[in-house]
Amino acid sequence: MTNKKVALVLLEILALSLVVFFMIPLALVLFNSAKGNVEIITSPLSLPENWGNLWVNIQNIWNNPNIRYSQALFNSTFITFFSLMAITISSAMAAWVLVRTKTKMSMFIFMLFVAAMVIPFQVVMFPLVRWFGIVQRTTGLPMLRSYFGIIIAYMGFGSSLSIFLFHGFIKSIPLDIEEAAYIDGCSKFKTFFLVVLPILKPIYVTVLILNGIWIWNDFLLPMLILGKGTPVQTIPLAVNNFAGAFVTSYDLLMTAILMALVPIIIFFIAAQKHIIKGMVEGSVK
Amino acid sequence: MDKDKRMQKLVFWLFLIPALGSFAMVQIIPFVIGLYYSFTDWSATAQPVISFVGLKNYSDAFKDITFLYSTIITTIYTVANIILVNIVSFALALLVTTQIKGRNFYRAGFFLPNVIGGIILGYIWQFIFNQFIPRVSSLWGITYLADNLMLADSRTALLALVIVSTWQYAGYIMMIYVAALQNVPRDLIEAAQIDGASPWQRFKTITIPMVRPAFTITLFLTLVNSFKQFDVNTSLTGVGPSTMFMGRAINGTTLLAMNISNTSLVLRNTAMAQAKAIIFFVVLVVFSLLQVNFSKRKEVEL
Repeated sequence: MTNKKVALVLLEILALSLVVFFMIPLALVLFNSAKGNVEIITSPLSLPENWGNLWVNIQNIWNNPNIRYSQALFNSTFITFFSLMAITISSAMAAWVLVRTKTKMSMFIFMLFVAAMVIPFQVVMFPLVRWFGIVQRTTGLPMLRSYFGIIIAYMGFGSSLSIFLFHGFIKSIPLDIEEAAYIDGCSKFKTFFLVVLPILKPIYVTVLILNGIWIWNDFLLPMLILGKGTPVQTIPLAVNNFAGAFVTSYDLLMTAILMALVPIIIFFIAAQKHIIKGMVEGSVK
Repeated sequence: MDKDKRMQKLVFWLFLIPALGSFAMVQIIPFVIGLYYSFTDWSATAQPVISFVGLKNYSDAFKDITFLYSTIITTIYTVANIILVNIVSFALALLVTTQIKGRNFYRAGFFLPNVIGGIILGYIWQFIFNQFIPRVSSLWGITYLADNLMLADSRTALLALVIVSTWQYAGYIMMIYVAALQNVPRDLIEAAQIDGASPWQRFKTITIPMVRPAFTITLFLTLVNSFKQFDVNTSLTGVGPSTMFMGRAINGTTLLAMNISNTSLVLRNTAMAQAKAIIFFVVLVVFSLLQVNFSKRKEVEL
């Protein structure tokens, strides 16, 4: 073997050991989810004595009235799905007319969306809750502790980055295609939904992933809009409540964490190429 | 013609309304209300009359030593994080852009912690710091680590936060460096090789200057994200162990975002929390402008 080959093998070993090192925390969660509390405290680093415990613990968490995991899983999925639909469609529509209309007003609105990206959530969070409360009292719309309110909130907070990304992409689409459709008698609505939207697919995936991972993991916004311990809880909220109340039941805590990890890890493994590309692209622009 | 124009205007607003409406609902209106509330005596509890108090909340915020303390430790945390995250991720990026076979697998592995939410991560690491490390250290005879819990002292708890953030963030920043490293033209490196430049010289004079634009981005991202840290702070350390600051007992690991939240949620002084949030916002903008300016000046054009 040449020197170069030896070096490559050594680098391979180094990289592999680093990945294993990075995965230790996640492996610990898995191993300890299959143990009882005593076994965790006496031997937190060994493999479990009986993997069958894992199933028992999972059932425990699934039905536990203090975490209501199945309900939280449903809520997280429901909220993420409908928020994504709302954000992507509304932002793509807005970005399209903002690119295609060359007026001062259109320029100004676009700048407003972009400028809002620098505002930290802390600046708007308390007035937001207050304002949602006022809207709820005066119009009767369910803004707080409801799916509707939180989806509207995600739509508004997600719009800035999404419009920015769609805007950049639409600028590069030649106008001819849309004009051809228009001459063929397509209305503006038809042109957008049948001609423009399909072209947006690559950037659409990026926008979905960026917003999806943020919404799925978000904690502070649901805590303020939905509230702690109310009927509508997302997974991060449910785990937070549960951990606060069961600090020393490590077996249940580890299983709850494992079950919170599983959906996102499965999703990551299934779509890792798109996820890594989307998350990196979205931030660099 | 006139009708056509009106139609176009109508379509413009129709397409814009869903996004603009929700954006106004959750960003513009609360921002304006918040600006106003920061000059009033607004508290979170229902109150019939809100009165104007001028700059009182701002001067109270500046006099509040917990706010000062949070600003100091958030700055320390941010600087430590910027340094550690960028060193680790740059090293990892160099490693996974070599010719090793499993490089895509390793990239995904390092990236994985980034898709897990901060709340969940914090609880995992709390278990590691409170159970796993003490247990392992006592087995291996490292009595110092076995007897002293990292999360029980504010300085080591802050270090713990930096460790967890690095673990969470390094793979993500690594991918930005990977993209930059792949853009370094091969022929430039080969030409230098022919001219007899050593690997270190090639690294210093070609690779580093070529990836400098990436540094602008990665430093900006780590700066902003560290400064706004809240989730891991909540689940890993909480407000933290008590520590002495300016002659007063104070919560040791309350970063700025948490200090702002607790000013309203715990102390019920929402107007002051609002003033703090606006100060936080201004400081963040100033810091990031300074950083981007500084980094841009060091970039090279090619």
